[in-house]
Amino acid sequence: MFLMTQDQIDVRTLISNVQSDSYGALVVFTGMARNHHDGRRVLQLEYEAYDEMAVAIMRSIASEIQMKWPDTSIAIAHRSGVVPIGEVAVTVVTGAPHRDACYEANRYAIDQLKLRAPIWKKEVYSDGSCWKTNNPTP
Amino acid sequence: MLTIHTRYFASLREYRGCSEESLTVESGTTTFQLQEQLFPSELGHMPPIRFAINQEYGIEDSLLKDGDEMAFFPPLGGG
Repeated sequence: MFLMTQDQIDVRTLISNVQSDSYGALVVFTGMARNHHDGRRVLQLEYEAYDEMAVAIMRSIASEIQMKWPDTSIAIAHRSGVVPIGEVAVTVVTGAPHRDACYEANRYAIDQLKLRAPIWKKEVYSDGSCWKTNNPTP
Repeated sequence: MLTIHTRYFASLREYRGCSEESLTVESGTTTFQLQEQLFPSELGHMPPIRFAINQEYGIEDSLLKDGDEMAFFPPLGGG
């Protein structure tokens, strides 16, 4: 399951999408909308995405994971539009027979997503707003 | 002449004042040329821009083809 959505992310749906009787490990990462940045109070986040390409990148990351850690599976969902403080902005669920691969695959997926998925985040403050950048452009 | 569908996101969308356009350009126009035309580097305040052609990241300068979709990205901020 690879999803860009305007609606709240249902983490349980992603978990059931990944779950398998052969998996002894399941890792759920959720990125949350946080109420502060650099000492400024953040009121809400606004995400904008190139939806079709973001989903294509999610699928590429999933195939890379299957190459690097065979027998794992993954589901990814990311919000677009307004995300109130405290809500889930992104979720990555990985499942694997054992926990080492499961943790590593999950970490790889969220790091790659932040580097490669065409998604942008605007932080809204009481006195303005600002587009936030993850990393310097490679 | 070529018809190129362009898409802009985040600060670049705000700069262009729209999220997409259908542009007619001369045959032989390259990706770098179209980027320079839309987001002139001489203005000085542009963020580093990446682009995608038909949903694939482009790195090198290449010839545009009729019907291409070229998307322009400021630095990413997902997650």
